[in-house]
Amino acid sequence: VNTELEELYQEVLLDHAKRPRNYGEIAESAVHVHGDNPSCGDEIHLHVRFAEDGRVDEIKFTGQGCAISQASASLMTTKLKGRSGVEATDLARAFHDLVTTEVTDPPRMLGDLRVMSGVRKFPQRVKCAMLPWRAFEQAMAGNGGASPVSTERI
Amino acid sequence: MHVSARSESAVDWNAVRADFPILQQEVRGHPLIYFDNAATSQKPRAVIDALRHYYEHDNANVHRGLHELSSRATEAYESARARVASYLGAATADEIVFTRGTSESINLVAQSWGGKFLRADDVILLTEMEHHSNLVPWQLIAERTGARLRFVPVRDDGTLALDQLASLLTEEVKLFSFTHVSNSLGTINPVAELCAKARAAGALTLVDAAQSAGHMPLDVRELGCDFLAFSGHKMCGPTGIGALYGRAEILDRMPPWQGGGEMIVSVALEKSTFKKPPHRFEAGTPNIAGAIGLAAAIDYLERIGRDRIFEHDEALALYAMKRLGELPDVRVLGPRDRRGALVSFVMSTAHPHDVTTFADQHGLALRGGHHCNQPLMRKLGVPGTARASFYFYNQREEIDAMIDILGEAQRFFA
Repeated sequence: VNTELEELYQEVLLDHAKRPRNYGEIAESAVHVHGDNPSCGDEIHLHVRFAEDGRVDEIKFTGQGCAISQASASLMTTKLKGRSGVEATDLARAFHDLVTTEVTDPPRMLGDLRVMSGVRKFPQRVKCAMLPWRAFEQAMAGNGGASPVSTERI
Repeated sequence: MHVSARSESAVDWNAVRADFPILQQEVRGHPLIYFDNAATSQKPRAVIDALRHYYEHDNANVHRGLHELSSRATEAYESARARVASYLGAATADEIVFTRGTSESINLVAQSWGGKFLRADDVILLTEMEHHSNLVPWQLIAERTGARLRFVPVRDDGTLALDQLASLLTEEVKLFSFTHVSNSLGTINPVAELCAKARAAGALTLVDAAQSAGHMPLDVRELGCDFLAFSGHKMCGPTGIGALYGRAEILDRMPPWQGGGEMIVSVALEKSTFKKPPHRFEAGTPNIAGAIGLAAAIDYLERIGRDRIFEHDEALALYAMKRLGELPDVRVLGPRDRRGALVSFVMSTAHPHDVTTFADQHGLALRGGHHCNQPLMRKLGVPGTARASFYFYNQREEIDAMIDILGEAQRFFA
């Protein structure tokens, strides 16, 4: 197994893929977004309950797909719980940079999310990593249910 | 070209492989194993040379120039049409329309024939194993005409539910369009039988030969089909060229589907008159080099022999199934015995895309995903599959290497 594969599929990532955190649904007063990646079949159902001040009060997901998409969703939920809207937006932007650009020193606030940095060597897999974050952005926009997100432009 | 195809017994497959310059390379430090032939095949030197020769010596527009190069280009282009006709067993070259490939061929029939002859509540019969290219064109024309789509179900073993055919082929069915070989399951459908039943029920037939035209002997009159569509690039030819075979009397009744130069007899400002088939359906400057390259590919395949190619590829597919069966937690989809040149499988330990990425890092080109068969994947209850598809330049040793890589992937993702 070569270095690039080991950087892509780091142990923490594989662990999240196999034992996803915050896996499930939120019964009440949550925004629900269905995100899918039609070209490869990855999908997640993201449930987010926002506090009145916009903070992420509770966040869970279900889904199926490749290790990258499912681990990314799991890692995202652990990171976003309790965050304010501003913090969450910053994280989403920093994560996008992490998986798409050559960042030598990724911001500390990303924490465990930094295990996803290997994705940038695999351009076809960026959309897998971004899928849950696109769903979260949609949830923040408050359009859950009305307009599912997709990594393909329609 | 070093093929000793004349002798009854042996093709020197190693010499054949050496005809493909692209295969002599390493990818990510490993010898390239190209198992994505159902997506597109590689090109032998003979085809590459034919393209170069055309552009270096004969390039001109066809059918209109009164100069030497145009005569040569026209001659080569129309010879290519005759070559395709003989390859498919068509009665005349006029039954061959050059297109960009299978998808465009099917769209041509849907738009031209369907647009003229389909009425509300007519039925187009398809199967559940169709590639999107033999589904979406029919959805579009059904929307426009009010015709309906109906599907022959796929059984769990990957074969068509032929016992239901009689009840599905009602008199509303105007056309039955189906694939010869499934690109995601490897199923080989009994084309002659399907065509005979459709004809008996008064329906026309279209065969999607994308996965069969370069892989097995095939004769449109023996099959008894009305239309047949295929792509050059999956059978050693260039991309952007393919053909539609249509029975002459049906093509004759079909209107143009695209307008432009090349397809008209005379044009006035208000109205034009159109050429006979096949030129009626070839508006604009055609893919001349592509057609010439396709003819070179056909020559190449026939020197090896399509029966030998089929035997070789099926043996590889069956060997791959046997070897995959040795790995734990691998499920191979599709028929167990007779099959086209591919295996499609799922591993419980890893998603098809992770398997494909892992394989790529070992120089092994697989395809992972739904293979343009989303409804079928849903029916089979899988998110997609990993697919290894073979051609005559592939070797058993490459399958052994694939099994090692997949075993390593299982340990990696476990």
